[in-house]
Amino acid sequence: MRAYLGVDVGSVSTNIVVQNEGGDVLASLYLRTKGRPVETIQHGLKEITQHLPDNVEICGVGTTGSGRYLAGVMIGADVIKNEITAHAVAASFFVPGVQTVFEIGGQDSKIILIRNGIVVDFAMNTVCAAGTGSFLDQQASRLGIPIAEFGSLALRSTNSVRIAGRCTVFAESDMIHKQQMGHPLQDIINGLCEALVRNYLNNVGKGKDILPPVIFQGGVAANAGIKAAFERALGMEVKVPPHHDVMGAVGAAMLAREEIQSTSKKTTFKGFIISDLNYRTGSFECNGCPNACEIAEIYEEEKVIGRWGARCPRWDIIQEEQH
Amino acid sequence: MRRVTFPHMGESYRTFKMLLNDLGNEVILPPRPSRKTLNLGVQHTPEFACFPLKILMGTYLETMEMGANVIVTSGGVGPCRAGLYAELHKKILHDLGYNIEMIVFEPPRLYPFNFIRNVYKLNPAKLSIKAIIECIKRAWRKLQALDNLEKATHVIRPRETLSGATTKTYKKVLEWVDEAYTTNQIVEAEKAALDELNKIPQNPERIVLKVGIVGEIYVLLEPASNLEIEETLGNLGVEVERSMFLTGWTRDNTWKETVEGMTVKEAAEPYLPELIGGHGRDSIGNTILYAKRKFDGVIQLAPFTCIPEIVARTILTSVSRDYQIPVLTFFLDEQTGKAGMATRLEAFVDLMKRKKMLLASGS
Repeated sequence: MRAYLGVDVGSVSTNIVVQNEGGDVLASLYLRTKGRPVETIQHGLKEITQHLPDNVEICGVGTTGSGRYLAGVMIGADVIKNEITAHAVAASFFVPGVQTVFEIGGQDSKIILIRNGIVVDFAMNTVCAAGTGSFLDQQASRLGIPIAEFGSLALRSTNSVRIAGRCTVFAESDMIHKQQMGHPLQDIINGLCEALVRNYLNNVGKGKDILPPVIFQGGVAANAGIKAAFERALGMEVKVPPHHDVMGAVGAAMLAREEIQSTSKKTTFKGFIISDLNYRTGSFECNGCPNACEIAEIYEEEKVIGRWGARCPRWDIIQEEQH
Repeated sequence: MRRVTFPHMGESYRTFKMLLNDLGNEVILPPRPSRKTLNLGVQHTPEFACFPLKILMGTYLETMEMGANVIVTSGGVGPCRAGLYAELHKKILHDLGYNIEMIVFEPPRLYPFNFIRNVYKLNPAKLSIKAIIECIKRAWRKLQALDNLEKATHVIRPRETLSGATTKTYKKVLEWVDEAYTTNQIVEAEKAALDELNKIPQNPERIVLKVGIVGEIYVLLEPASNLEIEETLGNLGVEVERSMFLTGWTRDNTWKETVEGMTVKEAAEPYLPELIGGHGRDSIGNTILYAKRKFDGVIQLAPFTCIPEIVARTILTSVSRDYQIPVLTFFLDEQTGKAGMATRLEAFVDLMKRKKMLLASGS
């Protein structure tokens, strides 16, 4: 069976999916990146083969997310795409006619406006990560509540408590203040969900035409409290699509399929064997000019396969291969 | 001994160096802003001030180390705090123990005497007024040549067949213009440089998107402050047209407002009839003009916390809707990582490309 592999390496999670020609998800994985993208990718690829039927042949690979270049050179990707395009492609496939996509991940939150199947506008959080998954994670662990139960707890709230939303420092000190005054935890958590939604709509969604159908994806979409707060704020239904937590990876796999089919090229996928190769990353400071760029590089066995961080082409791999 | 320096803004230093030398000054060239510049600047400026203040502070401190003791810079009119930066820089430098002289040029159109006084201060060679005018004319021609070369790279880079060829050639030919001295030499060097750039192998078939760039003057004109966004866009197959060049800005502020300047003001009128300082109104007017010229998109660049550009950004939402043109805003600050910008630019290019292809298939 022909299939396509999609890998989304984000700040908090690394997601891997395998899709067949028709777009059905054969297997999917949601893993914590834990600051070690290389090991997580290797581990994930090994694990996903165990969920796949024997006759699967990977005909194309796409990578996305902030670690897309790293993942791309490791796996041998046919397509390396930004996460906005990947999310939009996946959203349009699962919810035809979708007009608005909310995506909240670990460090990023974005809004994508789609009209007649094409992206017409998007925005991403710029200078502040307030209200993204990392902050929710941090609050859940401070309160000793498993993140998976955070949202359902918010739904049990009967009285809303106002929490400041513009900045996580404000939000946290407000939460502590309310907790010390004796407000029940579910009300505080619900207040936090409302604050994050307010922050998202005022910042990321500022001035955008939010038209239904609206879908909500990314890791944070698992949080029923946030979804409910969105619905209350907008007065419209907000759908959480299937595979909402791995939509970036789904989009990457679909883009790989598009690329392979339109160019009839053969995939550059290196195979699942890369889980057993030796990878090593390192970094150094370039002394070529006062910019002192911090260069990061990755080795596969003894060969450099990728370098990043330079502001000039001095350290480009392509250049090295020409010599 | 007086040693004169000035802010670094793209390639314009080549002109200022020549002009100040001609008037008999020893010149300390400002280095291209780097991480060192940023570190120095951030250390000695208020945290809440905008990026240009910090970069310029760092640049001045670097040139102080190199022996500069006179700074030539521009002032500003209208309600934008950058107009006060020259005074603030002077205070900070004095506090740090640098006994410097600050020569601040206000727009001569509004402050002619300030201009004459300042030129007099920078004329140790005691040239006659006629000779000074000749020098300024020649410098002006060089500035134009530099701007013209840069404009050419914006058109050629997205079409180059060998990636990086334009940047490489551009670096080489800039030196030709740099070495030219007489007006004739400048004109010849400019021609030779443009010919050389046009020799770069190009793919005329490639679908190239056109994007207009608007925003605050310093982050527009100094590539080191905007993470080389124009080069990045060129490499993504986008032809950029920047709304501001030093020659254009100088013309608007020196003699009288140009026709181009008036058109921008007129275009912005329905959305923003007031001068709000900085280049807020220009950002709006230029976006509208780009939309009318059927550009594929507009990118707004602004220093983080820049009030005029924040106001403009809010209004650009309506402009974008009314004129059906995608607008992407970047607030620039201390970040040196390019990944965030690259992601947004790639997505923006995808968006414009898909829209263009859809329009092409529909017609």
